[in-house]
This record gives sequence, C-alpha cells and structure tokens, in this order.
Amino acid sequence: MIKENLYSKAPQGDLYTKWEEYKKTLKKLSVEEADQYKVIIIGTGLAGASAAATMAEHGFNVHAFSFHESPRRAHSIAAQGGINAAKNYKNDGDSVMRLFYDTIKGGDFRSREDNVYRLAEISKNIIDQCVAQGVPFAREYGGLLDNRSFGGVQVSRTFYARGQTGQQLLLGAYSALSRQTEKKKVKFYPRHDMLDVVIKDGKAKGIITRNLLNGEIKAHSADIVILATGGYSNVYYLSTNAMASNVTANWRAHRKGALFANPSFTQIHPTCIPVKNDFQSKLTLMSESLRNDGRVWVPKEKNDTRKPIDIPEEERDYYLERIYPAFGNLVPRDVASRRAKEVCDEGRGIGPTGFAVYLDFKRAIKEKGEDFIREKYGNLFDMYQNITDENPYQTPMKIYPAVHYTMGGLWVDYNLMTTVTGLFSIGESNFSDHGANRLGASALMQGLADGYFVIPHTAMDYLAKEKPLQKDITEEKEFVDAIAKTEQEIEKLMSIDGEYAVDEVHRELGKVVWDNVGMARNEVGLKSALKEIPKIKDKFWKEISIPGSDKDINQELEKALRIKDFIELAELMAFDALDREESCGAHFREEYQTEENEAERNDKDYKYVAAWKYCKNGKPELFKEELKYDNVKLKTRSYK
Amino acid sequence: MNINLKIWRQKGVKEDGKLHNYRLENVDPNISFLEMLDILNINLVKEKRDPVAFDHDCREGICGSCGFMINGRPHGPQRATTVCQLHMRSFKNEDTIILEPFRAEAFPVIKDLSVNRQVFDKIISSGGYISANTGEVPEANETKIEKKYADEAFLSSACIGCGACVAACKNSSAMLFTSAKVSHLSLLPQGAKDKDARVINMVATMDEMGFGSCTNTGACSAECPKEISQENISRLNQDFIKSSLMGILKRNK
Repeated sequence: MIKENLYSKAPQGDLYTKWEEYKKTLKKLSVEEADQYKVIIIGTGLAGASAAATMAEHGFNVHAFSFHESPRRAHSIAAQGGINAAKNYKNDGDSVMRLFYDTIKGGDFRSREDNVYRLAEISKNIIDQCVAQGVPFAREYGGLLDNRSFGGVQVSRTFYARGQTGQQLLLGAYSALSRQTEKKKVKFYPRHDMLDVVIKDGKAKGIITRNLLNGEIKAHSADIVILATGGYSNVYYLSTNAMASNVTANWRAHRKGALFANPSFTQIHPTCIPVKNDFQSKLTLMSESLRNDGRVWVPKEKNDTRKPIDIPEEERDYYLERIYPAFGNLVPRDVASRRAKEVCDEGRGIGPTGFAVYLDFKRAIKEKGEDFIREKYGNLFDMYQNITDENPYQTPMKIYPAVHYTMGGLWVDYNLMTTVTGLFSIGESNFSDHGANRLGASALMQGLADGYFVIPHTAMDYLAKEKPLQKDITEEKEFVDAIAKTEQEIEKLMSIDGEYAVDEVHRELGKVVWDNVGMARNEVGLKSALKEIPKIKDKFWKEISIPGSDKDINQELEKALRIKDFIELAELMAFDALDREESCGAHFREEYQTEENEAERNDKDYKYVAAWKYCKNGKPELFKEELKYDNVKLKTRSYK
Repeated sequence: MNINLKIWRQKGVKEDGKLHNYRLENVDPNISFLEMLDILNINLVKEKRDPVAFDHDCREGICGSCGFMINGRPHGPQRATTVCQLHMRSFKNEDTIILEPFRAEAFPVIKDLSVNRQVFDKIISSGGYISANTGEVPEANETKIEKKYADEAFLSSACIGCGACVAACKNSSAMLFTSAKVSHLSLLPQGAKDKDARVINMVATMDEMGFGSCTNTGACSAECPKEISQENISRLNQDFIKSSLMGILKRNK
C-alpha cells in the first residue's frame, strides 16, 4: 500500500542557521520583474492577508478571494488569547530554542524539526511587524509590551490585546492588505467560493470560483495558487469555528492530487461553554488564558448536585493541580481535555448534562481583586454571561472541551508547497508545525509566520524559475473542462429534491465523527464510523433539499457544497485514526495508553507524517514522511 | 415561548421587498436569536420555500458579519450586544418581532436581511493603515507607548465594522466607523507618519461613498455593539481641522 516516502526538501546543515542560509540561496525578483506575475490567494485570514500584503509589496499582482464580504470577517478574528514570541522580555529564560522545544514537545514529537525551528525564529519578527502596523498590544505601566503565560510552557511569552488578539492582528494584516488594494497591487474578490484547482502541464495554474451573489461559475488563471483557507473543525458540526469555515478548497485540491496529512489530528480545546440543547449551532471558546487565574475542579463525590458555593473546599477535586503539580491548570490542551472527559465519564461532571467542569476564579478575585480580573478578561466574562445568563464573577464558569483547531491539513514541504507543483498552502490549512497537538497562542504565530515571512521568499523563488504566463489562459481546455464539471455537480445537487435540510445531515455527520473520531478513539468505534459515514453520504445525495435557484444568492447550496466535502473528509479522518495504532497528542487511541492513562506513543512504528492520496472509489493511499529528530531527544511528555 | 415574526423579504437589490409573517411555537428561551432563525429556515426548507438570507459567521460577536434591525434597533434591544449574542430570553411569550435590513443608501440590500457593506473596505483602503513594509520595521520594544494611549487605541480599534452606527444614524453617517480607525492609528506614535493624509483621504472617501453627514446626535455610539465612544468623532474633527489647516487639502495619492 505504501508506495514511496515523502521528503520535506529542508536544506541540510545546522538547524540554527538553516533558514537564514537557505534564504540566501533562494532566487529573487525585482519589483519590475515581479510585476510580470499573477498570484492567486484563497482566503484572507491571518495567513492569506499577510501573504497578499507582503507579496504585493514585493511587486506581484495578487488576486485574493474570500467567501466573506471583507477580509476583516475571516475567522482569525475570533482568536482570543494571544500570540507567542521568543522575545524573552521577561528575562525568564525564554529563547528561540526553548520555544522550539516547547512546540515540538507540545506536539508530542510528531512535527518537523526544521519547520518548527524556523517558526520559533520568525516569532520575534512578527511582533515587530505587528507593533509597527499599530496593533495595540497590552502594555505595562512603563510602556513596554506585556506578556502572559499559556498552557504547556513555564515561561511568559504570550503577547495579547485583552481577549481580542486575533481581531487586532487580523485588522493589522487587513490594513496592510488594504494599503495594497489602494495601490492596485491586490484585487479582492468578495463572496467567492473556490470550487476547484486547475492543473495545466502538471502545475497549478488557476482556480474555478462561484460568485455567491449571482451563482456565476468562473475560471481564473495565474502563475501560482496559494491556499490559506483555514481548518476543518466544522466536520464535527459543533465546533468553535465560524459557521462557514470549511474544507472545500483544500478538499478540491486533495482530489486533484495534493496529499492530505494527519487528518485525524484535531484539537479539542478544554475550555468551551458546554452544549446546552439540540438547537445549538456552534460552540464558544473561553480563552486558554483564563487558566492563568482560573482553577479547574469537580466535586469529589459522584452525582453531587449541590451548588458550587455549597461545596466546601475539602470536597472539591482540583484534579489538574492534583495530577500535574508542576504545570497545574496550565497543562497542554489535549491533556486538560482528556482529564475533563475522564472525570465526567466517572460521573463527577456538573451542570444539567453532567458534561461540564468548573473553572473557578474565586481565589484570583480574592487575591488580585475583581478589577484586575475585569481588566484582563473583561470581554470573555461578558460573553460568558451573555450566553449562559450566569455571572462568572460570582459563580464559577462551567466549561467542557470542544473541537477548536485542526493540526492536520495539506501536506507541504519546507517551502510550503503541496504535492501539486505551484500549489502552496499556508496557516491552519497546512499540516506543518504543530504535530499531534498545538500549543496555545501558536496558531496566530504560524499564520503570520507563513504569510509575512516564509511564503514571500519561497513563492518568489518558485516564480523566479517559472516563465510568467502574462495572459489569461482560461480559454484552454483544462479550465473549460473544470467549469463544466463544477456546473454539473451543482446541477446534480439542485436536482435532489428530498426531505432534509442540509444542516440536518451535517448534524448527523458531526455526531458520528465526534463520537468516534473525537477526544478518544478505538478500533471498534472507528470501524463503525467507516460503516456509518457512507450511509450519511448516501442520504445526502438522495434526500437533501435545496430550494431556490443556483443562479442567485443561495445559502443552502453554499452549505451543501461544503458538507459534501466534509463527508468525504470524515471518512479519511477515520482511516487515518485507524491506521495510527498509537496515541500521540490529541490522537488518543484507548488501546494505547500508559498505566496513568496518558498517551502512549510508538516511535518505532509511527514516527511519521501520514499523508493520504485521494483515490476515487477506493481506499485512500498512504505515503509516509519519516520524522527525524537530530536536535531534541524523543521522550515521553511529562507535565507533572 | 411562542413568537410572531415579521421579516423583510426582498429577492434582490433591484426588486421591491415587503414584510412577511411567520410564527414559531415552543421556542426555547435559551437559544440564541440566530438559532431561532436557523429553526425557521429549516422549517422553510422542509416546506420547499426559500429560507431567509442573513449574514452571520463567528456567532461570537467579533467578526461583524451579522446585523439587522430588530424592532427598529440595530442588533436589537440589548445594550452592547450583536445579534448573534442576543438570546430569546430577551423577548416575551407572544411578542411580535420585526426584522428588517440595515437601511442606508451606501448599504444596498443584497437579499432579505443581508446588505452590502463593501464601502467600509473602501474607506479603510483610502488611509486606514500605517505604511510599514514587511521586514522593514524597528524592534518592537524600541518605542515605548504609554499604557493609557495603548489602551485608548485598543478601545478605538475594537470596532467590528458591522455598520450598526450607520443604520442607527438618521443621516446614515459613517463618522463613528471612520473616526474609530483614525483615532486608533493617530493615538499611537507609529501612526504619526501618515496622519495628515489619512484623515483627509478617509473623510473624502466617506463623503464620496454616499454616507450622510454627522450631526452629533450620538445614536451611533449608543447602538454600537462594541460601545465605540463618540470621543473618536471629536478626535477626528480635531485631526481633520489641524491637517486641513496645515495645507494638505488635496488628496494625497
């Protein structure tokens, strides 16, 4: 089944100087030369907007597409807690090496050393860039930048803007992009879905889009295509992702030959507002930064229905502090999530459903004052109160894990190019830096590192070796065929005329994926998911209903085009999780755990990236990238 | 609870619209307002009727996608709250709730409750940035910024660009939106660089796009889901006068 190995194409040499040395070898284009090239970027969140702005600054003609009406609506905007950087402003012993090591360890030794070191190195430039753009990070009274701590680390390296760091960083990237729009170096296409990648002579040379306002299917050609389309958490139906976040662009690329790596590595965030009823449309995250001051606990006894205030200290189990004295409430996300599930499965969960634990600020409010807490987390507390109708200054928050981020994504080499020549993938959309578990405040870091500081160099090098098209080639056969195929597919969807709304099928899919490819997985569950998913697929293609016309704004059709791909992805996730007979990071196979119920890795057999090739009507085909650790010692993660 | 909805239905920008009546029974007061609309839409789809179009995405009150008039108020009755964060417990059993799109010449209706707010992007691209090419910037802590200015800049830049300020204004002015961005950048030392051109160009673009003038009624700030302060407007006016006096009257392109 395994045909050949994949290689990262990372240059040889010393880890510490590799990226700087490599950059010197990359080909450069002058602004005038770059002006001969057209660059397509899909998605304008942190990665896409920063890439679009920077490539336009270098002289490229950027065509940026988004399904949103404006780049400022991208889901990066909702990131709350912060962005990591190895600035060591706090003099607490932080360094690039330490950020590198924390990220590799946090990812449970399933990420690529070269990429992670580069990320840690670039982290410092990101903060400089954002400050220069006017991002209003939190500051100390002396006027210097402030930092806070996040899970899985013992230094304070997270830069933040209250609980709205993602918003401020995205607005920074959006303003840099807007500056280039004004200079006519970026053309923005609002409300466009990308429905296919067009490959000509073995290289990505364009895309097919649907204009969401009038249904027009159109081809666009370019010298290079960059996907910055985010993650696929919405395969679970309920997640903290925005409603329209989807896998479609990536999945269409996958169907055209881009390998999909580690699809089952999905992150369950420990602190989200619990599900309350069947109508719930999405879940809301409460930033991990809250664990700096909040203490997680459940009652010691099962089925304790007393109010939290009536439960005396000695009858509470602060289980994270108990099990992990060194990291306490700040253990990594996968660990905190699994422990929450465990205490709830034991019957010690709280709230009406029993699937929740307390996050308690009583001690912090007493020691530091309510004003201090309000200053730090005010907007989060307000949001919590708004949703739950409970005041977290007075009673502990109820939280439960929820799907939040996907470490898996399109396989990319060191240059961030997928297995399709000329097709690149950046930010959450690729698989590259977080291994089997992402540390908090690292998603913003990666999105901006890829967009501002990596892709402009590697894409320029690629383009410098390519002859510019300098004309529209959308009349050519590959484009015409791709349009026809897309139109046929839409026609087929519109003709189904069944009884179910698309959301109903999506909800069904989400339940199967959550139950079987969620926080804990096992062989029986995964095999049953592989039986259930084809039934859902069948139901989708026979029984959904899409009213209205496809030549008009049609939000049901938009959803159907996305769910169709989520169903196929769900199957691949189950294959991947079944294949990986070990536990690592967020991928917890119940069969493989230590006596203390921690993930048990199997480095002998699974120290690889699983990259899957799409095969029509058949089992996906596995390719492996062996991971090498020359600079860190592989060991079992311990946060005790 | 049971509720009666009157919803503006309009097929497209060029067509006429009108209010349609819908009734929903046994609505759980703990669901969000948009989840209530989801239920209505699923019912409509099952009856093979066209569901109500509305913009929404993050459902966390931060992306700025959602927003329409509820009983004549942008984002509805609750202070400092976007539609997506509004819950049915804000309404009573048997209430009649009227839903209409934001009304402003600069925001044409796309369909039903969805409007086109792309003009906001045009205002930003005419000056809502600091010119700082990637990689050509100083070390972050080289410039100290007094906490009070950093905090103030943050409050201005917390605007989500939803357009409620325009919808709330009797003149459909975009002054609060524009001034929040001008303030955010001019409060920071980094923003000094493009300061004069920024305010002149952004105000000119705002006027070009068909927004009305500001008469300081304060409705914008009162209805803003992020409580963006009217003080931003005073700051913009001061900056505008200063920059104009300095002789930079011509658009600096």
